[in-house]
Amino acid sequence: MATDQLTRTRRGGAATGALAAPRRWRLDDRYLPVLGTLVVLVAMLAIGGSRYENFLTGRVLANLLINNSFLVVLAVGMTFVILTGGIDLSVGAVVALSSIVAAWMLTNGWDAVVAIPAAILTGTLIGLAVGLMVHVFEIQPFIATLAAMFLARGLCYLVAPESIPITDPTIVALARTRWGSDDGLVLTPSGLIALAVVAVAFVLLHYTRFGRTVYAIGGGEQSARLMGLPVARTKVLVYVISGTCAGLGGLLFAIFSRSGYALTGVGMELDAIAAVVIGGTLLTGGSGFVLGSVLGVLVLGLIQTAITFEGTLSSWWTKIVIGGLLLVFVVLQRLLALRRT
Amino acid sequence: MSAVQSVVRHRLFWPVVALVVLVVASTLKSPSFLEIAVRDGHLFGGPVDILRRSSVLLLVALGMTLVIATRGIDLSVGAVMAIAGAVALTQIAASPNPGSLATVAAAIGTALVIALVIGLFNGFLVAVVGIQPIIATLVLMTAGRGIAMLITGGNITTVTSQPYKTLASGYWLSLPVAAIIAGVVFAGTALVTRRTALGVLIESVGINPSASRLAGVRARTIIWTVYVVCALFACLAGFIRSADTMAADANNIGLFIELDAILAVVIGGTSLAGGKFSLTGTLVGTLVITTLTLSITILGIPANAVSLFKAIVVIAVCLLQSPVVQHRMRARRRRTAPVPVEVPA
Repeated sequence: MATDQLTRTRRGGAATGALAAPRRWRLDDRYLPVLGTLVVLVAMLAIGGSRYENFLTGRVLANLLINNSFLVVLAVGMTFVILTGGIDLSVGAVVALSSIVAAWMLTNGWDAVVAIPAAILTGTLIGLAVGLMVHVFEIQPFIATLAAMFLARGLCYLVAPESIPITDPTIVALARTRWGSDDGLVLTPSGLIALAVVAVAFVLLHYTRFGRTVYAIGGGEQSARLMGLPVARTKVLVYVISGTCAGLGGLLFAIFSRSGYALTGVGMELDAIAAVVIGGTLLTGGSGFVLGSVLGVLVLGLIQTAITFEGTLSSWWTKIVIGGLLLVFVVLQRLLALRRT
Repeated sequence: MSAVQSVVRHRLFWPVVALVVLVVASTLKSPSFLEIAVRDGHLFGGPVDILRRSSVLLLVALGMTLVIATRGIDLSVGAVMAIAGAVALTQIAASPNPGSLATVAAAIGTALVIALVIGLFNGFLVAVVGIQPIIATLVLMTAGRGIAMLITGGNITTVTSQPYKTLASGYWLSLPVAAIIAGVVFAGTALVTRRTALGVLIESVGINPSASRLAGVRARTIIWTVYVVCALFACLAGFIRSADTMAADANNIGLFIELDAILAVVIGGTSLAGGKFSLTGTLVGTLVITTLTLSITILGIPANAVSLFKAIVVIAVCLLQSPVVQHRMRARRRRTAPVPVEVPA
């Protein structure tokens, strides 16, 4: 019960503080988790910069975005789902399916103009199926997306059990294009697409009626329904968005690896969920920010970069560090939630 | 309500139908599927094979059932299996006498203690700190395999130790030891939850934690206990899986077993929303998944397609159990059934 007492005195203190200086600028509690993520990111950059040479160069930072562009897109989609209080376990498998669909169509003589939309649409369709399962048949998101995950992985092997290389000129051009100086800040088409997705999601979530409905459902589905908000449509739509993002992520991964393979993206859904959680979105829904999720992805990417720079550390330390960081952030969120209530 | 109707309405009707269809399909394709032969005093054949292969999943799914009954979920079971295998096998490999019973017992004891600590950690996060189970256990799901790699030093430790190997491939009373272990754990769990009040207490916590606390149920202790039990069962499963290959492969032992276990629980009719649970349902669910995997090889479908069939089974079972479909089916039955004559009062 120590925490209860702690929160009580803290809250009392805050209340009297507010009475004494009512107009004093105070940071909104909602921003605290995101700020925490930002602090971790800056601290990691600072420590990395002081420990290793060439850590704080434009190339490393640009690569951080480029190498994680598909994860950024996935995390953005996942943010929508988690904000409504749901979860999407299918994204990793959808990434694999979408990359295979793209690779298969391209090697079978389809034009990139057809193959690229088809790859993205694959994700959209699976998202729609999940949304309908969740909404119409009232299957829990966890199980519905688990089924979608198995379905997508099975379809992968049905389309192509082996890795398919992509030699299509459009994809190769997309993979090779680099804007900016070669040793400084570079931007690739994939990075640009990821940034565009983030921008669209930001506007959609914070400046539209749809976005407010997403938050309202996460805050309390019953209340949202009683307020006359289009709960059903929005719930289906968030899974469609997540599926589409996963489809796009698969396309970006196909561009990144210039191949389609059934085993890509194993465990990627967990990376996306971890990024969203580290980015300060509450898993119970209703509170969180798209930009937080992007910061979360950057933190995950930076852990990988730092371990590569360290050289002597083995790769499994990545998992341990991510797990530890996840633990810290989840406990922090919980303490903040206790403070608020 | 006629007897047929009550059978069709039973929670386990569709899972059992799925199981029977799988067995019949396999027997049609390979007529020797259901034959049981005695060789060197051991039982061999399809059903025995299913029992032996089911043991690992059954152990994990049993723990998962109890956790899900408290409205929780444990994603870390696969990682716990990997850690259990890593701890036991590295300790056996480091000892001067890997074949002795004492060494194996000590190694198993150490791994069980570590599993206990893991269970306490998960339970602490869920019951005391109040973190959502899926995230609390995601921490160890992510970090656990890293820890297992740390224990094995990144190598696949291979060991030869007859007593340890017995856990997976040995026979006792002409039955596979692995199946006996799973069977004893199943019977023990059933006995403790159904012959004492514990099962009801777990269900009450799953239905409403705060109400059961107010009613005098130690909700926190019960939640803590189920996570410890789940980790211990997963540890046993880890022993069997690692004894099967006699190699501590931290990356692959128990990979995605948490999903299969959740699947088995859901097919068995236990709701993920907590509350009522069915151990028999979990047993049937486990058998369905194992038989499905085995049947697919027998039917000549590429093994990689297993996940597609799992998806079809899950979606079918979930749709049939969903409130909308249940309602529709009931409505249709009411329409076709002879309308009872209403006697005006």
